[in-house]
Amino acid sequence: MENIQAIIEALVLVSETPLSMEKICAVLPEVEKSQVQEAIDKLIAEYEDRQSGICLQEVAGGYQFRTRVELANWVKKLRGSKPASLSPASLETLAIVAYRQPIVKAEIESIRGVDVSAPLRGLLDKKLVRIVGRKDVPGKPMIYGTTRKFLEVFNLKDLSELPTLRELKELNQSQESDSTITLQENIEDIPSS
Amino acid sequence: MNEEQTTDYAIKLDIFEGPLDLLMYLIKKNEIDIYNIPIALVTEQYLHYLNIIKSLNLDLAGEYLVMAATLIHIKSRMLLPVPEEPSDEQSEDDPRFELIKQLLEYQTFKEAAADLGKRPLLERDVFVRSAPLPAEIEKPDTEDEEELIEVSIFELIEAFHHLVSRIDKNELLEIDLEKMSITDIINDVMERLTREKNLTFDELIGEKRSRRSVIYTFLAILELIKLKMIKAYQTSAFGVIRVFPAVE
Repeated sequence: MENIQAIIEALVLVSETPLSMEKICAVLPEVEKSQVQEAIDKLIAEYEDRQSGICLQEVAGGYQFRTRVELANWVKKLRGSKPASLSPASLETLAIVAYRQPIVKAEIESIRGVDVSAPLRGLLDKKLVRIVGRKDVPGKPMIYGTTRKFLEVFNLKDLSELPTLRELKELNQSQESDSTITLQENIEDIPSS
Repeated sequence: MNEEQTTDYAIKLDIFEGPLDLLMYLIKKNEIDIYNIPIALVTEQYLHYLNIIKSLNLDLAGEYLVMAATLIHIKSRMLLPVPEEPSDEQSEDDPRFELIKQLLEYQTFKEAAADLGKRPLLERDVFVRSAPLPAEIEKPDTEDEEELIEVSIFELIEAFHHLVSRIDKNELLEIDLEKMSITDIINDVMERLTREKNLTFDELIGEKRSRRSVIYTFLAILELIKLKMIKAYQTSAFGVIRVFPAVE
């Protein structure tokens, strides 16, 4: 058998999207999964040691060659195009969807305090957010969640790699004695007129 | 003094993403403890901002007014004496509690959004193979719609102004008795679009730049967009507006 490491390197190179472990294993049925993992880890380390312009990265549940962050300016020079950046409104909406998914539009709006139709549509167009279903409440609102492309674009292995929310944790700690349910009730206690 | 303040605010106005954002700004600006908001001060400043937005003739989103009402409501509740019942937690009885919770939640996600934006982003900080070079992107026939941005009505009007300003002044004095109907122009535009697949705004107007035909063609385009029979795109801000038939 040839060098597993070299085979994996070739496989990752020809894949357009991050190449999953399962797919690598399907190509190499006679190799143990742990051996594959070992080979990948070695490969990652080699690219790291070599100070290479590209690195092998685990992203969106697979492996992909990516350019190193420090080299962004050179690549941009070659491509000449301006990167499509997200507006603060889009980014906030995306963050809420990412952390609170599955979520309906009204919930996003109650957090942001403004209408989110436009940024949400933009995110859907960019395929960072998708409709995952409809909620079984009156009006059957659409439920939104993030996509695989979201993980790819934001360099995340999976959703659990999202940094933990700061303030919310603090708030919960300060209210630790109370359960969330009582918190909820208290809010409703406040008379509306 | 007052005027100076107004200009100061005006610069910052467009950065607000909504009433919560404005409130967060006021809290930061006044170095207020978020858990103990002086509601009278904040309400006053908040209303001041709303006045500025109004005086600038900006569209005041309904959400801002809802927040103003909420603030005033909380303020009035703060004035009422607290019932003498023993409560296990003081925050529960505080009329500001809900607002504080909402603000904290908003702040959390604002920060989370900033964190997300700081990550090495694909196509901004990191790149993957098979990136098309600019020369390839600019081929006019590629159906890469991502390169196109949808044109707003304002840009169309801008383009219209641009054309009208180019019309020979003398021609404006002519009395044109030629009968034209928008229906005819619509048919004409659709016919040309089905034939040519896509046309620029300029091409659609054509050489016959009489005021009437320009206006009619423009109205026809607006009507067609409204009927969703055509789509208008432009490759960059102030770029050429290209019109496509909506049917794929």
